[in-house]
Amino acid sequence: MTFLSHLISGISLGSIYAIIALGYTMVYGIAKMLNFAHGDVIMVGGYMSFIAMIYFGWPPLLSILFAMVVCTVLGILIEQLAYKPLRAAPSLAVLITAIGVSYFLQNAAQLIFSANHKSYSSVVPFGSLRLFNDRLIISGTTIVTIIVCIVIILALNTIVNKTKIGKAMRAVSEDKDAAQLMGININKTISITFAIGSALAAVAGVLLCSAYPILMPTTGAMPGIKAFTAAVFGGIGSIPGAFLGGILLGIIEILGKAYISTQLSDAIVFAVLIIILLVKPTGLLGKKVLVKV
Amino acid sequence: MKYLRLRSKIDNWLTYGLIIVAYIVMRLLIAGGNISSTLQGQLVPITAYIVMAISLNLTVGVLGELSLGHAGFMSVGAFSGVITATLLTDAIPMTWLRLALAMLVGGLFAGIFGFLIGIPVLRLQGDYLAIVTLAFGEIIKNVVGTIYLGYDANGIQVSIENNTLQLGEGGKVILNGPKGATGITKLSSFNAGFILILITLFIVLNLINSKSGRAIKAVRDDKIAAESVGISIWRYRMMAFVTSATLAGAAGALYALNYSAVDAGKFDFNKSILILVFVVLGGMGNIRGSIIAATVLTVLPEVLRAFDEVRMLVYAIILILVMLVRNNKTLRQLFQKIGIRRRNSLSNNKEGDET
Repeated sequence: MTFLSHLISGISLGSIYAIIALGYTMVYGIAKMLNFAHGDVIMVGGYMSFIAMIYFGWPPLLSILFAMVVCTVLGILIEQLAYKPLRAAPSLAVLITAIGVSYFLQNAAQLIFSANHKSYSSVVPFGSLRLFNDRLIISGTTIVTIIVCIVIILALNTIVNKTKIGKAMRAVSEDKDAAQLMGININKTISITFAIGSALAAVAGVLLCSAYPILMPTTGAMPGIKAFTAAVFGGIGSIPGAFLGGILLGIIEILGKAYISTQLSDAIVFAVLIIILLVKPTGLLGKKVLVKV
Repeated sequence: MKYLRLRSKIDNWLTYGLIIVAYIVMRLLIAGGNISSTLQGQLVPITAYIVMAISLNLTVGVLGELSLGHAGFMSVGAFSGVITATLLTDAIPMTWLRLALAMLVGGLFAGIFGFLIGIPVLRLQGDYLAIVTLAFGEIIKNVVGTIYLGYDANGIQVSIENNTLQLGEGGKVILNGPKGATGITKLSSFNAGFILILITLFIVLNLINSKSGRAIKAVRDDKIAAESVGISIWRYRMMAFVTSATLAGAAGALYALNYSAVDAGKFDFNKSILILVFVVLGGMGNIRGSIIAATVLTVLPEVLRAFDEVRMLVYAIILILVMLVRNNKTLRQLFQKIGIRRRNSLSNNKEGDET
């Protein structure tokens, strides 16, 4: 029964990683860039919902919506100001700019909200689910997190595969120039991708802070790195891959913490990543790229 | 060809000259008392960062592979260096010799780790290689933070995760788990840092301009073409990677022995990124650029102290603006018109052999 309980909290943590990883993987698939500022957008989402709930006294659902709107605007703003001028630049230049944006967001948050951590109260209004004579207790946050993740995955899958904008996204990720020749507005498509990724980051921020109620300017950094790892784990650029990678990473982390070592859980996660990449060099669901001579 | 060789020779001497002149100027400033104490405290870290930047440039600029875990090698070097220095306290009274040995052992251990990590890492390419170096950096940070190591009259004791050291009388704990190494005797000095930079430059510049260096660059530019003319990809990639790790280890020992306490968290992902920023801003493959960028960007937050609270914000904005301006087409054309030749190769990965 303890195993089951660990497994469920692993899936819950993994769901958060999966939502963040989706943002990484979509941006990578379309703009071919590693958006290292993504983790800090999570933090902004956390703070925004915190402000809305505590200072404005808004209900949780409205606060989440507020956080999503702010993060979406922020994501588009970052893309327009920092990444768009570098579209033709080498990828490392974009990477460093993303790191600059990440520093900027962290330090701006530190100035505005101070470095002291704030304790976040969960947005989930109902209590825990008790099963098998209280031998298995699942918190409300855990259930909501898993459900939200599944809904997001299904919605995103529909958007990418069934709608016109999804078709444009797939076309841009396949071949930018050819897509442009077909009349697809590349800049708009990339902006929309950033908007979706950032809105997801806001949701992830709210869920993350609900599960681990400490909010700091660096809250998003480590989950950001882990989610990035998850995206690579599943094969970067692949949406089902990000989902699978996120969930597996969460399970490995929690089980590692429970059964092997608390302090070494991060090392275990990264060691598994290395082993997977050695066996499958492009991740679990990644496409193998053939090099033509 | 002769002209090119001459040019690279002049270029190398310029780099050595820059370091020596900078050293003399700093010495004069210190002697004249014209330098703030905070900046004086930054001197050893700056020299360590310069060595880190040069060594990372070997991986990123010359070998052409993005490494996000360079601080991991620094960590290995730092802690093995601290252990060496502490164990030798009684055996070798000369501090300079102890420091030299610590840096040597630090470099050696980091080199061994570089080789072991290189075996899996160098099988991958591009972003996947980058993420695995990141993973190794995090693993090193995580594992080092769980090691307890101490010594007494009976020898060295090690335990992992829980402090089960049973040290006899006169025993001393060197590594204290998450708290890291505490009670370090400060051995590092600006002079030692300066000498390490010269040694690093000597190794790296000679490697780049040797036959092996040309092979490494050939592998960077086109792996398949290089392999087809008989260059062993594995061998040359490993050569660059291990050299880079070794130098980072020596720099780590220098860095750690400048403080009285160092913990594993100091060598995290952010530190790797910090050094990567030096390399990219200085210009990939441009050693002199790395030196200047490492110095300027370490001093910059100190200079920005006038801005107090917003200094890191200003730092971030400067970083973004520099990247935007450098990659702006109109501005670049303008620079070319007024005759400023762009030396760095950021705009094109394949021009990086200008050092």
